[in-house]
Amino acid sequence: MFKIAVCIKAVPDPELASKIKIDPKTGSLIRTNIPLAINPLDRNALEAALNIKSTQGGEITIFSMGPPQADTTLKQCLALGADQGILLSDIAFAGADAYSTALTLASGIKKAGDFDLIFCGVSSSDGATEWVGPEISVFLGLPVVTLVSEISEVTSELIQLKANIENGYRKVEVDLPALLTVTMELNTPKNLSFSGIIKAKKKEITVWGIKDLDISENLVGLKGSPTIVTEMKPMEKKRAVEFIEGDRVEKANTLVSKLFEAGII
Amino acid sequence: MIDFNFTEEQDMFRKAAQEFTETFVVPEIAEMEKTAEVNTKVVKALGEAEMTAITIPEQYGGLGLGFTERLIALEEIGKASVATAMMLQVNHLGIAPIVNFGTEAQKQKYLPKLASGESMATVAVTEATGGSNPGGCKTSYHKDGNNYVLNGRKCFITNSHIADTLVVFAKDADNKEKKSFSTFIVEKDFPGFKATHVEHKIGMRGCNTGELSFDNCVIPAENLLGQEGKGMKIAMSAIGDVGRGGMVGCSLGLQTACLDASIKFANERILYGKPIFEMQTIQNKIAEMKVDLEAGRLLGYRAAAVQDEGKMSANEFAVAKYFTTEAVQKAAKMAVDIHGGYGCMEEYAVTRYLRDSFVIGPSAGTSDIMKVIIARWAVS
Repeated sequence: MFKIAVCIKAVPDPELASKIKIDPKTGSLIRTNIPLAINPLDRNALEAALNIKSTQGGEITIFSMGPPQADTTLKQCLALGADQGILLSDIAFAGADAYSTALTLASGIKKAGDFDLIFCGVSSSDGATEWVGPEISVFLGLPVVTLVSEISEVTSELIQLKANIENGYRKVEVDLPALLTVTMELNTPKNLSFSGIIKAKKKEITVWGIKDLDISENLVGLKGSPTIVTEMKPMEKKRAVEFIEGDRVEKANTLVSKLFEAGII
Repeated sequence: MIDFNFTEEQDMFRKAAQEFTETFVVPEIAEMEKTAEVNTKVVKALGEAEMTAITIPEQYGGLGLGFTERLIALEEIGKASVATAMMLQVNHLGIAPIVNFGTEAQKQKYLPKLASGESMATVAVTEATGGSNPGGCKTSYHKDGNNYVLNGRKCFITNSHIADTLVVFAKDADNKEKKSFSTFIVEKDFPGFKATHVEHKIGMRGCNTGELSFDNCVIPAENLLGQEGKGMKIAMSAIGDVGRGGMVGCSLGLQTACLDASIKFANERILYGKPIFEMQTIQNKIAEMKVDLEAGRLLGYRAAAVQDEGKMSANEFAVAKYFTTEAVQKAAKMAVDIHGGYGCMEEYAVTRYLRDSFVIGPSAGTSDIMKVIIARWAVS
C-alpha cells in the first residue's frame, strides 16, 4: 500500500487576487476579507496522489504549514479524497521564507513516518519561488523530480515520469521514495463534491506546533529564514494614447519602429 | 446570540456548487441561449455532481441534506444560469412529495434513480385556469379495478418533456359533491400520458416548460401518492416550501449576477474621464441592488433555517419569494440601465438577466398571490 504525502499551501484565493493590495507604508500585503484557498498547483499534486491511490491503493496524508484558519483548506483536501491532514501551526513558524517552510514541512513529514511518494505543486500562487519542494527533498535526503507533467508508470519500486525542461521535456525513471513537484499539465483536478464533504467530517486533522517537532525554534519562522522580503511595490500600470501622424506608409513605419522600441515585436 | 454564519461544511458546499457551475454549466450557457433546448450535458452533470441527490435521504442514495444546502446550491448555479437552477429546483420539487408522502416501496423504486440523476422529476399542478388555486383543478381521475384512470391537461410544467417521474394532482371524478383531490406518481411511459406542446419562454432558455396530456392514462393503484383524497395537502406542501424556496435560490443567484455585472461595467465604462461608478446616480442603483440582495439572503436563509429546524416554512418562504422575485426584476432592470446602449446588446449577459427575471416573477406563484398568502399569515 502506497503511503503518499501531499504538501499544500493555503493562499489568498487567486480568483480574488485583484483585491489584494499592498500597504504603501509597511509594504506588506493587505489580505483582509480575502478567503484562503488551496494553492491551485497543489490541487494537481493532490489529484496525482488520488490517481495513484485509486489504481494502486494507498493512504494520503496532507501536510500544510500555516495559521490555524488554514485548516479549512486541509478540510477541502479531505473532502477531495485525502485520508488525513497534519497542520503545522505555531506562532514560531510565522514569517517563514521558503527555506524554513521546507525545513518545517520536512520535520513534520519525518515525524509522521516514511512515505513512498511526496507530492508538491511546483510553486505557490503568492510566493512563487519553486524552492519549497526541492528543499524538502534535500532535508529528507530524497531524490526529486521537478516540473512533472506526466506519470506513465508506477510500481512499488519506481515511477516513470515526463518532466518539463526549457523548450522540451525529459523522461525520467526515479526510484522510490521520491519527491515530485507537479505542473498543471499533469492532470485536471476533480471538483469538490457534496458527498466528499460529508465523508470528510469523519476524517481527522492533527495540529502540530514547534514542541511537537524535533527542530530548534531558531531554525523556523522568521528567525530561521535566510531570506527576507525587503520591499514590495504594486505594479504600476500606465496607459497612454498617442496619435501617429503622416500618410499611411509613414504611419505604418512609425508604428512598427515604436513596437520594436517597446520590445513588443 | 443569533448565529448568522454558515457552517464550515456549508461554506464547502457553496464552493463545490461554484466549482460545478464553473466547470459544467458556464460552458453550455451560449448553446442553451441559442437553441433554447435542455442541454443533456448539463442534465447529466447535475446527476454526476449529486445536485439531484441533495434532498433525498441517504438510505435511498441521496445526501440527506437540508433546505439551507439546497438554497446554497441553487443560489450558486443561479448566478450563472437561472435556467439550470430552475430545472434543478423543479426536479427537487418533484422529489419532495415522494420523500415526504411515499410508501417504502415507492421510495425504493423511484428515489435511487432520482438521486443519481438517471431519472428527472417534476410536479404537475398548474392548469390553464392557473396554478395558485389547486382547488380549481379540472384534471380528474376515477378508479377502474386495480388502476386509476387520469384525464385532463396540465400546463406551464417545468421539466415537462424531460421528466421521467411526475407527481400529478387531480380531482376525484366520482365525488362531485365534495371536492376530493389525490396525487399520483406517473411514469412517462404510462399509456395515455403524453408531453405535448413545448412553450417558448421569454427567458430561462435551456429550461424546458410545456404541457402534459392525460388521455385515459392508466395508473397502477400502487402509484397513488399518500392517502386518496389527501392530495391537496401534498400539493400545497410541495409548492409552499420546496417550490417557493427554490425560486428564492434562483432569484438570489440572479440578483448577485446583476450586481456583479453592474459593478464590473460601472468600473470599466469611462464617462467625462472617470468610471461611471463614481457618479452618484449609478452608486444609488448599485446600493439598492446590494441592499435588496442582503435583505433577500436574510429572508431566504432564515426561511430555510426554519424548515431545517423541522418547522413549517411556507409563510416565511412566501415573504422571501415575494421580496426576492420582485427585487430580481428591479435588479435586472437597473443592470440593463447601467449598461446603457450595451444593455440592449445580446453580447452582454444583462439582456439575458432581464429576460430571465421576467420568468422568475410568476414561477411558483405571482407576487400578488404571495401577498394574499402573506396577508393571511399576518392576520392569522
